[in-house]
Amino acid sequence: MLTLSKYVLLDLLRNRSVLIYTVVLGILSISLLSLGDQSSKGLLSLLNITLLFVPVITMLFATIYFFNSLEFIELLLCQPVKRSRVLLSEYFGMTLSLSASYIAGVGIPLFLKVSGAISWMLVITGVLLTFIFTALSLLVFVLFRDKTKGIGAAIVIALFFTLLFDGLVMAFIFSFSDYPIDKPLLGMMAFNPVDLARVLMLLQLDVAVLMGYSGALFKKFLGSATGSIFSIACMIGWIVVPLILSVRIFRHKDL
Amino acid sequence: MPVRSLICLLFFFTCTQQAQAIISATITAPGTGLQAALDAAKPGDTIMVKAGLYKLHNVLVRNPVHLVGEGFPVFDGEGKYETFIVTSGRVYIAGIEIRNTGRSSLSDMAGIRLQDVSNVTINNCRFYNTTYAVYLQNSSWCTISDNRIQAQGTDELQSGNGVHAWKSSHLLIRNNVINGHRDGIYFEFVTESRIEKNISFNNIRYGLHFMFSHHDTYSGNTFRNNGAGVAVMYSKGVDMQHNHFDHNWGDAAYGILLKEISDSRISGNVFQKNTMGLYMEGCSRIRVYRNTFSANGWAMRIQANCDGNRFEVNNFTGNSFDVATNGSMVLNVFQDNYWDKYEGYDLDKDGTGDVPYYPVSVYAVITERIPAAMILYRSFLTNVMDQAEKVMPSIIPDQLKDSSPKMKKWPL
Repeated sequence: MLTLSKYVLLDLLRNRSVLIYTVVLGILSISLLSLGDQSSKGLLSLLNITLLFVPVITMLFATIYFFNSLEFIELLLCQPVKRSRVLLSEYFGMTLSLSASYIAGVGIPLFLKVSGAISWMLVITGVLLTFIFTALSLLVFVLFRDKTKGIGAAIVIALFFTLLFDGLVMAFIFSFSDYPIDKPLLGMMAFNPVDLARVLMLLQLDVAVLMGYSGALFKKFLGSATGSIFSIACMIGWIVVPLILSVRIFRHKDL
Repeated sequence: MPVRSLICLLFFFTCTQQAQAIISATITAPGTGLQAALDAAKPGDTIMVKAGLYKLHNVLVRNPVHLVGEGFPVFDGEGKYETFIVTSGRVYIAGIEIRNTGRSSLSDMAGIRLQDVSNVTINNCRFYNTTYAVYLQNSSWCTISDNRIQAQGTDELQSGNGVHAWKSSHLLIRNNVINGHRDGIYFEFVTESRIEKNISFNNIRYGLHFMFSHHDTYSGNTFRNNGAGVAVMYSKGVDMQHNHFDHNWGDAAYGILLKEISDSRISGNVFQKNTMGLYMEGCSRIRVYRNTFSANGWAMRIQANCDGNRFEVNNFTGNSFDVATNGSMVLNVFQDNYWDKYEGYDLDKDGTGDVPYYPVSVYAVITERIPAAMILYRSFLTNVMDQAEKVMPSIIPDQLKDSSPKMKKWPL
């Protein structure tokens, strides 16, 4: 499995797209962080990039790569190796290379310019999002036989989590604002990894304003360490569940 | 008690007219000795108190004397009594430590109580676990300076204030460090007074509480991490300068809360990391200038019933929301401030932006109506809403604007 992962990783690192992804992220971070004398503004822009571009690009790139390496996977499966191993090594090769480019592109400029818990949290959330959306694209890959359909599904999933979900939550909040919706809202957040990542960052960036929220919810739950642990646990769930599902489906899949 | 028998009390009677007379005595029951010495003293005498533990209560200072401790003698109220009551003017108390005054529902028990006096100074004393440390009633021209005032109050009803002043005037409260009380400094009907360079932190309710107190100045103080920050109410002619309001967090915590304040001045203050930096309700003709608002949840909240206030030359940086309000009527002036969220341009390069800045963001209005919407703050959707609102303002009060926002931060 390690050898396979290493091979995928090296293949991807040689791939020009990953390099371009890294360079683009790097240029964006450096320019945003050196834009003003204040780091908070640059951090906010980086947060927006992380929350919007990382899911979309990861999802698309990983899906396309998985479909392109279908023949390679078929070839490997002629050998006496387990299906789950092949799939997982593909996954880890992919996600590790994308995480590496995120860390290189965003993490390094961030640590050079802004140190502290906020930088750590941003890098951790970015890496977690990369892991999550690679897992989701793996699920798309095992579910769809057709490459075009798969890419279409990947686009829909990425846009659903970055845009549509929040729109639905907003509609929910507006229609049920007269009711105690705090707890259902917290539950809903768990269904979107992008929102979980955002809440994690909010706890670092806007803790003062969250403390002022008149319901006891934010202060008691999200304001404490429990909130962060809850968010991270949910995000890890978002990695593990799609992975298990894809392995299960792939085991019985007629290639 | 063995300690008590070893306690030594020394009196130095220094009469201004005569040569210095020193009386030293070893007293096993120090209470009677001190009260007798205080009563026997002539005006201007100095009474030195040696280090030790004195379990005294209701010591009356009826003559204008200097009471000076050597090595911080400890006066213990044993959790039942008041310790000193000053009823004479021109008293000077320094270098003593007062502990454990009693609590009572009927009377406010104080470490040192000043009753109807003037020109009293309390300097360099320590107050530990007192209900009220210094309590001024109908007093004037008094100075409370360089004291350390500390308590472990847990709730508002069971504890008192650090420095409590009622119906007084011309006070100077200076260089005190106060924590753990209900209110750090409490003023009610106190006029023409100054509060300078105090540090008031970790108090249960307010760092400074101020009611019906006109023409007072407070400057250079630090108010940090108090339950609800600082509250200034029903006063006029208040001058607030160069204070620091730090880290007051909570759903009812304000850097400073102003209610029914008029003709006042707020300048050179730093508001940092408060849930709400400055809250104004029913305020008139206040000039707010050269202040720094940074990393607050809401930098300012200006209720619609404020009028004639001017907000000029302030820096707003890194606040989640710059200004919040509760209506569309705006009778205040915002100009020449620096707002880090300003996205306008300056074509003629005069340092002033060419398009006005609207400090109330659409999401501030939305979360005002539906607090639960806060959970979507900083999501892509809310950014889109903010941008749309900038193009076509429909939700935000469009009267509330800074028509001459600065492009660069003011050097404050």
